[in-house]
Amino acid sequence: MIEPRILEVRTKILKKNDALAREMRRDFQAAGVLVVNMVSSPGTGKTAFLKETLTRLLDRGETVAAIVGDLETDNDARRLAESGAPVRQIMTHGLCHLEADMVQRHLEGWSLSDLRYLFIENVGNLVCPTSWDLGESVRLALLSVTEGEDKPLKYPGLFNTCDVAALTKLDLAAACDFDRATARATIEAVRPGIRIIETSAKTGAGLDEWLDFLRARRTTLMHRSPPGQRDGDIGRHGGIVRKERPIDDDAVTPGRHPHPVE
Amino acid sequence: MHELSIASRVVELAAEHCRAAAARRVVAVRLRIGRLACVHEQALRFSFDLAREGTPLDTAVLHVVEVPVTVWCPTCAAERTLPGIQHFACPICGTPTGDIRAGKEIDLDSLELEAEETATS
Repeated sequence: MIEPRILEVRTKILKKNDALAREMRRDFQAAGVLVVNMVSSPGTGKTAFLKETLTRLLDRGETVAAIVGDLETDNDARRLAESGAPVRQIMTHGLCHLEADMVQRHLEGWSLSDLRYLFIENVGNLVCPTSWDLGESVRLALLSVTEGEDKPLKYPGLFNTCDVAALTKLDLAAACDFDRATARATIEAVRPGIRIIETSAKTGAGLDEWLDFLRARRTTLMHRSPPGQRDGDIGRHGGIVRKERPIDDDAVTPGRHPHPVE
Repeated sequence: MHELSIASRVVELAAEHCRAAAARRVVAVRLRIGRLACVHEQALRFSFDLAREGTPLDTAVLHVVEVPVTVWCPTCAAERTLPGIQHFACPICGTPTGDIRAGKEIDLDSLELEAEETATS
């Protein structure tokens, strides 16, 4: 009679991705580049928002680059490249989210120390990107006025992981009977204390506030030392460990959000 | 369907442990999935069935333990379990809190392995 035996494994299923993302975050921080992972539904206006962001940062004399993920086509990369920034497209061919190794491969040949800001436009999806850390220091959720104020309540998991939220297409707010107070309240309900910026890529409203937020975040990042030893080193998604049963990820601190809200 | 990515890693990890333990097959796999992890159990089971074909997990039973969201309430100075995931506030006193203590897990908890036939009967 063969006795089955129980092996207590207690390991994170995504530990390979988490480990690579931590390593990338350390490299980004050491190079002085602030990395932003942009998540939203398809159609929220990520690309228009990012194109304006890149253009305005370049106007301010900053060095920027962007990586954009889509299932198919390089249309978004071509749109973004009109800003003058270096842009690379990741075509996932069906995969619904980006993973850290995909980002790492697309960084090849870029000198990180020449960059101040790197934007990763994730695949438009409010579910699947949730648990994949890309090594970012800021995760931005975008929500357009055409989507409905209660969307964060429908997709709380992803909104809960974000560090900052942008309301987009504010120029259409009146036409959509958009209720700003309700939208802000639903975002706050799933992510208390989060900074919410109201924007329009078309009119430029709110974009200065967004750029100022980025600059402040980059300054904070540069003053953290040594690189990767503090917030950036905490397992971000699922980085929660019950004290009595530690998981084999030594870099995890119970209960802390990796990127504190300002 | 990011569940397929997750299921593939479960199979990889479990097969590695099975080999390392010189076991013959994996009898059962136990996962802990937090309510905030955005993992759909039925999609995960479907993906698991695809991913395990031809591996030592071929006949393994998949157990999924759902972990509710626990937050720290600064007012009560206590951990509280949330009844849902749409309102991050203390269910007792109503203080908003984003200090999450549990509920984001995507963990491989344990494996049940069947030993090689060196065991005596």
